[in-house]
Amino acid sequence: MVKICRLNAHSGLRMLVILLSFTVLAAGRLQAATAYPFDISGRPKPQNQIDNLVMASLKQQNIAPANLCADAVFIRRVYLDVTGTLPAPEEVRKFLENPRPEKRKMLIKSLLKKPEYADYWTLKWCDLLRVKAEFPINLWPNAVQAYHRWIHDAMSSNMPYDQFARELLTASGSNFRVPQVNFYRAIQGKEPSTIAHAVGLTLMGTRLENWPDDKQKQMEVFFSRVAYKGTAEWKEEIIYLDPTPTDTIKATFPDGKTVRISPDQDPRVVFADWLITADNPYFARNIVNRLWSWLLGRGLIHEPDDIRPDNKSVHPQVLAFLEKELVKSNYDLQHVMTLILNSRTYQQSSVPQTDNPKAEELFACYPVRQLDAEVLIDALCWISGTRERYSSPIPEPFTFIPEEHRTINLADGSITSQFLEMFGRPSRDTGLESERSQKPTDTQRRHMLNSTHIQTKIERSWRLKQVMRSARGNREKLIKDLYLLVLSRYPTKEELAAVEEYAKTPGINSTQAAVDVTWALMNSKEFLYRH
Amino acid sequence: MKQKHKTNGLSRRDLIKCGLLAAGGVSIIEPHQLLAKPIPLKAKAKSVIQIWMWGGPCHLDTFDPKPEAGEDYTGPLNKPIATNVDGIRIGQLLPMLAKQADKYSIIRSMTHGINGHETASYRVQTGHEPGRLVYPCAGAVVSLFKGYKHGYKGVVPPYIVLTRPQGRFSEAGFLGPKHKPFSTGGDPNQNPFVVEGIIARGVSDKRQQARRELLGKLDTLGQTMGDNEQFDQFDQAQDEAYKMMLGDARKLFDLNTEKADVRDRYGRNTFGQSCLMARRLVEHGVPYITINYNGWDTHKQHFQIMDRKLPEMDRGFATLLEDLSQRGLLDSTIVWWGGEFGRGPKVQWAPPWNGGRSHYGKCFCSVLAGGGFKGGNVVGKSSENGTEVAERPVYPEDLIGSLYTQLGIDPDGPLPNPRGLDLKVMAAKSADSRLKEIM
Repeated sequence: MVKICRLNAHSGLRMLVILLSFTVLAAGRLQAATAYPFDISGRPKPQNQIDNLVMASLKQQNIAPANLCADAVFIRRVYLDVTGTLPAPEEVRKFLENPRPEKRKMLIKSLLKKPEYADYWTLKWCDLLRVKAEFPINLWPNAVQAYHRWIHDAMSSNMPYDQFARELLTASGSNFRVPQVNFYRAIQGKEPSTIAHAVGLTLMGTRLENWPDDKQKQMEVFFSRVAYKGTAEWKEEIIYLDPTPTDTIKATFPDGKTVRISPDQDPRVVFADWLITADNPYFARNIVNRLWSWLLGRGLIHEPDDIRPDNKSVHPQVLAFLEKELVKSNYDLQHVMTLILNSRTYQQSSVPQTDNPKAEELFACYPVRQLDAEVLIDALCWISGTRERYSSPIPEPFTFIPEEHRTINLADGSITSQFLEMFGRPSRDTGLESERSQKPTDTQRRHMLNSTHIQTKIERSWRLKQVMRSARGNREKLIKDLYLLVLSRYPTKEELAAVEEYAKTPGINSTQAAVDVTWALMNSKEFLYRH
Repeated sequence: MKQKHKTNGLSRRDLIKCGLLAAGGVSIIEPHQLLAKPIPLKAKAKSVIQIWMWGGPCHLDTFDPKPEAGEDYTGPLNKPIATNVDGIRIGQLLPMLAKQADKYSIIRSMTHGINGHETASYRVQTGHEPGRLVYPCAGAVVSLFKGYKHGYKGVVPPYIVLTRPQGRFSEAGFLGPKHKPFSTGGDPNQNPFVVEGIIARGVSDKRQQARRELLGKLDTLGQTMGDNEQFDQFDQAQDEAYKMMLGDARKLFDLNTEKADVRDRYGRNTFGQSCLMARRLVEHGVPYITINYNGWDTHKQHFQIMDRKLPEMDRGFATLLEDLSQRGLLDSTIVWWGGEFGRGPKVQWAPPWNGGRSHYGKCFCSVLAGGGFKGGNVVGKSSENGTEVAERPVYPEDLIGSLYTQLGIDPDGPLPNPRGLDLKVMAAKSADSRLKEIM
């Protein structure tokens, strides 16, 4: 296999070496053109302002951006990133055959309208907001369902983000009937300091423990009158403004501005109205950086929930641009997502054209990362035409989960699943983004390579049987269809040859060979990673 | 986070406060941070077998019988039996354990006062009250201090659950997914014992090898990418996986290599064979094994279920103690029996329970054997009808702290954590509250 050539740049020869390495690279790519189905070479053309800013910034650092990703890579990527699902082979075929230059743009637009978009983005929010029936959040099934549904509605209606945040912060009432109040219920602890930490982390992307003590204390004041009480209904709780008479409170916002809160004002409302003002330094930055990170695998500021003065954005102007776009569009999250998804930066290949180790960090290529646990199991179920059974032992009422539900639809983080835990589902204890683990482990590999769970899925797959039947003994068609089904692309010549050869292995019949090829594709990095 | 954190006497927290450390609050701890200091205490025990009585077993029906309390408390189980230790009686359905009482001590004054499964499970398995942090449970802590970074060389992970994880809280807590237990799945009472990822049905070694080669040939993206840190980690994990799949781990889980009469002695049921499996894992050096033994949440039909389950438990648990002892392993193996709480001492005769027992966290019992813990003792005392702790309350943190001490893990030493907080491995409830009586 041809590998990208690595040359060490010495100071005096830098220019020459860079030229040389480009020549070698180009030669390498040409030679490999048929073998590597992942990108389209050509002069990088910016698609929107994001690209202008990213490319200028990369140029300054002498880093070549990656090629544009191939159409087959794009359709798989954008399906996974926007809807958490794989494209059907038919969709892939149509998309690849579609000659229209704006087909990527059209696909993005249609995906944002799919119900799976809302399912998948609700899942992301439920991680941050710690939607979980049992320990340590103890929302219990009723509140989990109510909260999940509210978030899901907000996603499918593309609720303006300032409204979303304001409702979470200011709602009062029963946590079974006014779902937004679960924002306060799903915080571990009822002390103003604990609430302030959670608000800072979730809606400002910042960790209060890194703030000076007095600034932390000032923020707590806004949550000093949050009160909780039980009701006659099992596990129901009401969140309200503590009616104990108070004096006027003098408070200081995190940006240093001061305010006087009269006794009849809810300090939470005062805080929320400060937070969602257009020039608030925390609010828009947090969410656009998170959106970027959810689509591209890491934040412009990274970790996305660790914004602080000494943790800088890798492309500060991009962040500023997206913040302005968000405010200008009246906090339309899909507007910002559309901008990101249509950028060449997002549509770059994951194969870098530079040997700079910071290529991923600087978005000189699309960062590869493991599929989320929920997305992975859904993909495996879809390909195999099988279902996972989920049940919850937690009363009461017992949660009924329809079998046809995708895993990305699971509302409750307490639902036990060995597979999901093994593949890094967050425990929803803290609301930190890093709770979701995307590191490969040997246990994961063993499960994919050698478990009855996966083996049975493949062997019992009606979809696979269908593919085999429709190939009618035409092995090339069979292999092509398997590739389309699992990897959303056609095989290369080399891959066809390798599979043909495998089918001739003594002692393995044709069904076993098809099972083994499916197994191998499901175990490939290309399947297990977003790329 | 590639840089090594050289702290020169300043704590991580100090550095974060001064803004010198960029990795402000990583939640997944990097391995070098977890290299806890060399274990300072002398270890008596090498391994722990935790028999987790999932659901909460009743103390009155097992190790703290109260025949004098009357039928409203004892139900039909009102004739406790003598053990091989003078003065210690246990439940009448545990005759085999009665003959092993010299090997274990009973703590009859366990308490925490929590009656919800999820919170009580967390409380008993971590030793902590719920709070802002989610702590790791004992198995995760032991896998941190006694795992691969500290000389463990086993072919299977250092923290194993037979056979299903309990769920309800995250076992590894803030230590992150690396310290989650490996749960075997399958059923050791079936042939073969299908251990997920290690022993699969119907794929021969030859086919496994052929598949592996095919997988290598079809790794087009991996080959195109060249050097990529994530893909390198993936390849490493895969090599490790194959090592276990094709190596000795399979023999370890093959209970057919045990003599039939040994298997019979443990009881031909999932729990009995799990106990046998646990012994094999201890022989292999695995530091922490949890047997998740479910079915003890008996709100209804309590006594019918006890008639069925207690003999099964009696046989498996007693044989385990006897077998470990005969093989000279009991001195270095702690066996910890107990659930998240006890059950209501007063039987609920009225509908809808019709003879059930409720959750009861105020007073319950645990059993400890081996690994330096003395046998033949009773610690603490419950009140006449088992509703209150009468003497010497023992909290989960004291039991766990004592267990760590026997393992040579200093419970008062620092517990590494992602926020760099100053945390102890397991602070005692109060001075002298650990189980000195039996250590």
